[in-house]
This record gives sequence, structure tokens and C-alpha cells, in this order.
Amino acid sequence: MNMPIGASVPNYSGMSLEELDVSDPRMFQYDYWHALFARLREECPVHFQADSPAGSFWSVTRYEDIVAIECDTEAFSSAPAISMLDPEPDMILRMFIAMDPPEHDDQRRAVHHVVAPRNLQEFETLIRERTVEVLEALPENEPFDWVKLVSRDLTTKMLATLFDYPWDERNSLTEWSDMFTSDVRLTGGEGATREVIIEHITACLQRFTELWHERKGDGKETFDLIRMLQADPNTENMVDDPLTYMGNIMLLIVGGNDTTRNSMSGGVVFLNQFPDEMTKVRQNPDLIPSMVSEIIRYQTPLPHMRRTATRDVEFAGKRIAKGEKVVLWYVSGNYDESVIERPNDFWIDRPSVRNHLSFGAGIHRCMGNRLAEMQLRILWEEVLKRFETIELAGEPQRTCNLFIRGFTHLPVRVTRFRS
Amino acid sequence: MTVITYIQHDGSERMVDADAGLSLMETALKHDIPGIDADCGGGAICGTCHCFVEVSGELPAPDPQETAMLGLRPDRAENSRLACQIVISAGMSDVTVRLPEFQM
Repeated sequence: MNMPIGASVPNYSGMSLEELDVSDPRMFQYDYWHALFARLREECPVHFQADSPAGSFWSVTRYEDIVAIECDTEAFSSAPAISMLDPEPDMILRMFIAMDPPEHDDQRRAVHHVVAPRNLQEFETLIRERTVEVLEALPENEPFDWVKLVSRDLTTKMLATLFDYPWDERNSLTEWSDMFTSDVRLTGGEGATREVIIEHITACLQRFTELWHERKGDGKETFDLIRMLQADPNTENMVDDPLTYMGNIMLLIVGGNDTTRNSMSGGVVFLNQFPDEMTKVRQNPDLIPSMVSEIIRYQTPLPHMRRTATRDVEFAGKRIAKGEKVVLWYVSGNYDESVIERPNDFWIDRPSVRNHLSFGAGIHRCMGNRLAEMQLRILWEEVLKRFETIELAGEPQRTCNLFIRGFTHLPVRVTRFRS
Repeated sequence: MTVITYIQHDGSERMVDADAGLSLMETALKHDIPGIDADCGGGAICGTCHCFVEVSGELPAPDPQETAMLGLRPDRAENSRLACQIVISAGMSDVTVRLPEFQM
């Protein structure tokens, strides 16, 4: 997307290290982040920024350093928060993504089974049916917004399917998810205030509490995430602890939303930028699973996660003080040329394609990774079967958010195969 | 020569001769034995090469990182290990590797 009049790309190479602003969400909106992180990886891989809307923070930009910090959960805690922002003191949701062992392990194990591959098989047929419906309804030979008609619609329908959420109300799931990640301090000004966010969290919790009680003991044999929590002895009373129930619901909603949605859009963009890869996958659809992993790396839909130093610690020659925020830039690690061969190439059959940081590393590695991969695999299987061409019909518009790397609009034109 | 027997969750078996210096994970991949995903390529940071190991004699104990990853598995057993962390040494006795129902 073109920048507005008066705005310009920062001249990163002409700045001192202290002047570099790693808290500027427009680097993702206008896609100019490569130069910033390339310079940091090269000259200052563990970088301190004294001031930002989210306060002071360290940036860790090399692949190996990110992994090392993720694995040292004793010195680098996931509490109190995993984005650059601290939680509101009066609304601390209990989610295991923002906990450390041993509490983290117990809570994660308790809900892990909801996305276990055995259970995913139950969902595969439904997810494929929904995907086919969405693709069949797309207009032919005229531009449409892929984000609205495919990525957003499909992710919403999949979430509603997973929760067996009332179908007519399903758009609330996506609206809540967007709200939870749109704090003004992450979005450069436009976004939600804390009051509005808390209002939405309350509404979400209320609706999910109603659903819990409606389903509890109604004797139906259907299969959904709420019923799975009810069926497991570890989580059968979770509704009695609203901050834990809401924490887990939010994790499932947000975790299954922006991430998959933006990878669904990213794939279209990358295959257009790298037409040889499109030819490759058309000739050999067995490459789809590998392509899905490469899409997830190339997109890196969650550009950062954050840790907090539990004590003063020396790391890579820097002294990180107790309590300081340490931001792990997955988006930089995924383009670190010392680990990823030709990182700027979208290369669907690259060696060790699953070896990327988009899911994180260590004990907090994405729990829904197999579900995400399945959704993207089904999408591309069905897309490539149906459409002879999938072309960009205009400039993509990207999300202005430090925590979400994605697309707000993606004009696309498709043509179908004639049988 | 050390022989490794991989037993899938459905009971099917494959026996292979192991190369010293390769891990149980690398050996499985080399012989196209399914059931081990090895997303991270051997760093004990993804947990997708979880298996149950039977061997006569002692194996080196899991390090803290491997222990942390094993701690996430709902199906963890006494003999749970990450296949990427066990490297075949010359003269090692035969190993049986049982694979879990799924990796994640």
C-alpha cells in the first residue's frame, strides 16, 4: 500500500542505534521492517529502546538468541504478559501462555487435547465443507476482497465450528478477537481504549458462560471445544473460575483467528510474487503441506512475543535488568540469514521447511499448530483444484499493529477451471 | 551393529540398522519411518519426536530442556524421551522405540 502524503520510510541506515524505533507499527503496515531488523541482527542483535508507547524494552532479533531466551524460562518469564503491553491490573485473565512452569504445564496439559490430532480428524470433514462453500460462492473474473470473503469469513466459520457457536452470532468471535489485540499502544493511535476492550471481554465471557450452562448435562453427543472442556476431569469446573475460563477462551479465539486468517491471505500474495512456486505446486500438489509451513514462516502472523527478566541477567554481552521487557522478534528470526537459507525467497520446498519461529519454541510453542496447518492445507487443496488463476487485482493493505502482521484488504481476481 | 525397532501406535514394526552418531530421530527420518515429525530439526524445542524408549542398560538422562518439553505431554510415561536427544553410540545395545498415537 502506498504511504500517505507527508509520511516516509525511516532512513534506518542513517540513524544511530539509539534512534531506531522498534515500536513503530507502521513498519508492518507499509512493510518496511526488513531494513530495520537486518540492521539490528547485524549490528545490535540485543537492542535497548528507552522509550515507546509501551515503555522501555529490549529487542532480540537473531534466531538462535530468540530460541535461547524461550528455553530459559527461569530467567525470562512469560508473566505478566506476552505482548509488549502489561495487563490491566483489574483484569488479569489467567492464561497459560502468560504463565511459567509448573503452573503453565498443568494448565496447558488440561486443554491440550482440544487440538490434539486425534480430535482434529473429527473436524476435518466439516472444515473442508465450509471451505468449499466459501470458495464456490466467490465471484468470477471480477475483483473482490480476499480478506473479507475468504480469510476472515473462513476463519470465523472455522472458529464457530470448533466451538459449535450459534451460527448467526458467529461474527462476534472475530470482532472480539480483533478487539483483544487492538490496544491503541500497539496500533499507533487507532484502536481500542482499555474501557472498550474490557467491555468486550465482559460480553464475551457472559456469552460463553451461558453456552457452558446450556450445554452442561444436556445429554447431546455433539463435539465442540466447550464440551471437551466439560468432559475432562481437569477442566470440568472451569466455568466456576471466570478469569481462567475467559483466559482459555480468549487464547483459543485469538490463537485461532488473526494467525490463520493472515496466513490465508499471505499465501495468495506470496504465490503472486513468486510465480515459479505457483507453477511448482500446481505441478505437484503433494508439496502443499510443505508450502503451508513456508507460508507460515514467510507471513509470521505474530511478529513478536515478549518475556520479562526475573533477575538481572547477562545476555549476549548486554545487561538486562530484573523486570525489563524482552521482546522476541519472530519476524526477524524467521528472516535470519545465518539460519534460514535465502530467507527472502518464498521457497515452498526449502530444506527443513518446518524449522521456523512462527509457532515459537520451547514449552510455549503454539498448541494449535496442527490445526492451523490443517486449515491452510485444506484451503490450498480446494483452491488449487478449482481456480485456474488467482491474481492480485490491486495493492494489498496491511494491518497497522505491532502484535499482528497481516492484511486488512486484499483485492483478488480468480477464474475457474472449465470442465 | 545396533538394531533399532520402531513400533507404530497401530503395532506395525520396522527394524533398521543404526549408524553410530545419528539420533533416534535422524535414524527414523533417514529410513522414512513415520510417526516422528521433528519440526525443530533436533533442538529439543518442539517436542514432536516424543517416543517411548526400551533399552537394556542405561541411557544418558534427559537434560532440563528435554525434561521441560516432555512435561507438556499428556501421555508422558516413565520411558518418555525425545528421539532427537538420544544419539546412537558405537557398541550400544539394541533399542526399541514405541511411537505415540500422535505428535503435537
